[in-house]
Amino acid sequence: MKPVQLALPVALLLTALIAAPVEAQTVAIVGGTVAIGDGSQPITDGTVVFRDGRIVAAGTGVAVPAGATVVDAHGKWVAAGMVAGFTNLGLVDAEGIEESNDVNAKSSVFAAAIDIAPAINPNAVAIANERAGGITRALVSPATAGSIFAGQGAVIDLGHDADPITRARAFQFVELGEGGGRDAGGSRPAAYAMLHDALAEAEDFRRSPSTFGGREKASLLKRGDAKALLAVLDGTVPLLVHVERASDIRSVIALIRTYPKLKLVLVGASEGWMVAKDIAAAHVPVIAAALADLPAQFESLAATESNVGRLTQAGVPVAISTVGANTAPGEHVLKQYAGNLVAITKVPGSTGLNWGQAFATISSLPARALGMDGEIGSLRPGRRADVVLWDGDPLELSSAPVAIYIDGQPQPMRSRQTELRDRYSKPTEGSLPKAYDR
Amino acid sequence: MRTLGAAYRFCLNIAAVGALALTLAACAASSGHVKPASSGPGIGKGFSHDPYPSTYKAYPGMPTLVRNVTIYDGEGGRIDGGEVLFADGKIVGIGHDIAAPAGATVIDGTGKWITPGIIDIHSHLGDYPSPSIRALSDGNEATDPVTPEVWAEHSVWPQDPGFGRALTNGGVTTLQILPGSANLFGGRSVVLKNVYARTVQGMKFPGAPYGLKMACGENPKRVYGSRNREPSTRMGNIAVDRITWAKAVEYKRKWDKYEKNGGAIPDRNIAMDTLRGVLAGEILVHNHCYRADEMANVIDMSKEFGYHVTAFHHAVEAYKIPDLLKVNGVCAAVWADWYGFKMESYDGIAENLALLQKAGVCAMIHSDDENGIQRLNQEVAKALAAGRRAGIEISDAVAWEWLSFNPAKSLGIADRTGSLKPGKMADVVLWNGNPLSVYTRPEKVWIDGALLYDATNPKLRPVSDFELGLPGSGDVK
Repeated sequence: MKPVQLALPVALLLTALIAAPVEAQTVAIVGGTVAIGDGSQPITDGTVVFRDGRIVAAGTGVAVPAGATVVDAHGKWVAAGMVAGFTNLGLVDAEGIEESNDVNAKSSVFAAAIDIAPAINPNAVAIANERAGGITRALVSPATAGSIFAGQGAVIDLGHDADPITRARAFQFVELGEGGGRDAGGSRPAAYAMLHDALAEAEDFRRSPSTFGGREKASLLKRGDAKALLAVLDGTVPLLVHVERASDIRSVIALIRTYPKLKLVLVGASEGWMVAKDIAAAHVPVIAAALADLPAQFESLAATESNVGRLTQAGVPVAISTVGANTAPGEHVLKQYAGNLVAITKVPGSTGLNWGQAFATISSLPARALGMDGEIGSLRPGRRADVVLWDGDPLELSSAPVAIYIDGQPQPMRSRQTELRDRYSKPTEGSLPKAYDR
Repeated sequence: MRTLGAAYRFCLNIAAVGALALTLAACAASSGHVKPASSGPGIGKGFSHDPYPSTYKAYPGMPTLVRNVTIYDGEGGRIDGGEVLFADGKIVGIGHDIAAPAGATVIDGTGKWITPGIIDIHSHLGDYPSPSIRALSDGNEATDPVTPEVWAEHSVWPQDPGFGRALTNGGVTTLQILPGSANLFGGRSVVLKNVYARTVQGMKFPGAPYGLKMACGENPKRVYGSRNREPSTRMGNIAVDRITWAKAVEYKRKWDKYEKNGGAIPDRNIAMDTLRGVLAGEILVHNHCYRADEMANVIDMSKEFGYHVTAFHHAVEAYKIPDLLKVNGVCAAVWADWYGFKMESYDGIAENLALLQKAGVCAMIHSDDENGIQRLNQEVAKALAAGRRAGIEISDAVAWEWLSFNPAKSLGIADRTGSLKPGKMADVVLWNGNPLSVYTRPEKVWIDGALLYDATNPKLRPVSDFELGLPGSGDVK
């Protein structure tokens, strides 16, 4: 019964906060262990202050402003909300429900032009479920089908409101490696031909939009695709590239010589540790496949759980993701993955992360990969106030959020999963069928 | 996100998701040991029931005493500051004040935990191995909805690197390999000791009963419906099941009559041999089934034809019908928190295992995944924590039953493994901390008393033939 007793005052508090005018609200969470998310170690007996949806201060020696709503976090942890590194949250109701699945578009004439932002559904069941697991933001990407270009992904919040978009067109996503070869018609060289030709056509469009065409049935690149790729060429939109093999990583990094303004980010990168120095020298961040340790494909023969640790030691900023893992839509498992990267520091021969580094892989580092760590992903002053109050160490399996704020707004702690749990806490029917039990 | 650059694998996994385990004695019984007949269906007049026999032999081990260690015995017991002694491949003693025999290896377990080896009742290692390329895709004989004639062991590639990962990262000592879930009747399973061998026979758990993989729901109807043939609906699934069971009952009747009275030998049917084995109680049904209403249909069907479902696998909605499962003696093998990847998993909740335990149902964790099998202890920790937050008190030691004893019962091998009882196989994991913490990993794993993984000794880390000489060979994984 202890957890219930802990949760009750928080629920009352949230009710009070929701009822109050939130715009001018200052909240101070005091006495908890604070995990800022920037790679630093947790701080005991710290304070987190936020006002008008932004972090004011976090750490020790932080004064509680006059008039602030004070939340007692003694015995609890206060952490930056988790940022899911690469997901399809809000883009599907379930991957296997084809009718609801907006992740890719097999028969579309468009590719790079595809913009997922208007399709994100903040009422998708998974959003509330995963928020209750401590996820507050996510990088949401389309997937490829028939082109190496998937289209433009977005950064979203998981807040209980009608506006999920933090940044639309936050990146372009491309498959190279084995997947890119398939998408391009059967080989890696074909994928590079498609990439170079598309970028060349985008330049044609820039030079002469009126003569470019791009509206003909047979045109390889539509005008919208060309516009989207110009933003990539100019470095205003990062290019996320999925590759796993060391040689593929080298080939991707070499693209910078041809297209010097590209802002590259590697996704997956199971063999990244083999080329860690090259990745670091090119200042390319990685959104890694977390715990991939199997030769799942021929392009990831050298996969090891030590990949993230070795890349980090080499100076590469590494976020982790559920890429390649069979968990959909379970982004809440990111904390478990990060915890495992700490666990392997005790296994001789393995390279892991310390706690602060590990927590950063699921908070500030996914944001940093897109150049958004000044806005989200940590409790540093000025960032959006995405704050999660945990009943224990956020990376530990037994811990769960007891309060969640997104943009400083307290979030409901219920989801469809808690509704189902409560309905079936007594499984048998009573005086009426279960359908009346709510 | 479950896929990326792995769309092909995703298709396989969708089809592979789902199998169902069935034990004759089910979990309600204290021992699920079922003796496989040595020959014939039935009374020994027929053909061999074990034509591909196990050649597994335990590797040599040292008498070993672990002291000052926290013990979960696998049957709900916990001993603090205790001792475990094993020798000649068997558990000798567990408790306090156990003397080390002469020449024994003595390990100080201060700050560490010792548990039975983890048993995964639902794996496709070997038949969907890594790398997941077409050449090695051998888990679904997806050419007919009824293929009880295929045996998973004839697909298992003993060199799958996944076996080694499950051992070293997961502490898995025994696992059941199942055909995938494309078919209503997917074929026979095989139970393996997690010890690399040159042949699958060298991995087979001696004397473990066979299982029959069956599948409900969306996979069979999708696979065959997309080919415009039956079944394309859930009612089609049950119809084809019933037609097949009716044939099996008739086949059994002919063979039983022959074996009792002699006369003309009935025609041999390899598919029906398997179903007759189920009807005779020699082969255990492991039934992939997500939805509560479908599980109820299958239970009624099992009564109609006279067989028993040992376990529903992927029983995402088991928490809605624990009463039905309990009264029928059917176990539920589930994930901790997978949900929402297709319609029949839409109602998944993390409290499933705890709600089943609370209702007295035989429940267990399973992986169905080459990554998940490396962290089944962590999956149990998540499920346990979710249950506690819902007010369901279950001790850590009892939760370990979800990882070893209940799967052992459902495989019919609980008299030989699954808990640390004297006389049982010394399938043992020493953890470098609390195994329900994310910060803990296996330090040593023994199978039949042989030390087959030691984190502190790089030589005690298996490298399968496939990985030998490849990039990263012999690396920590």
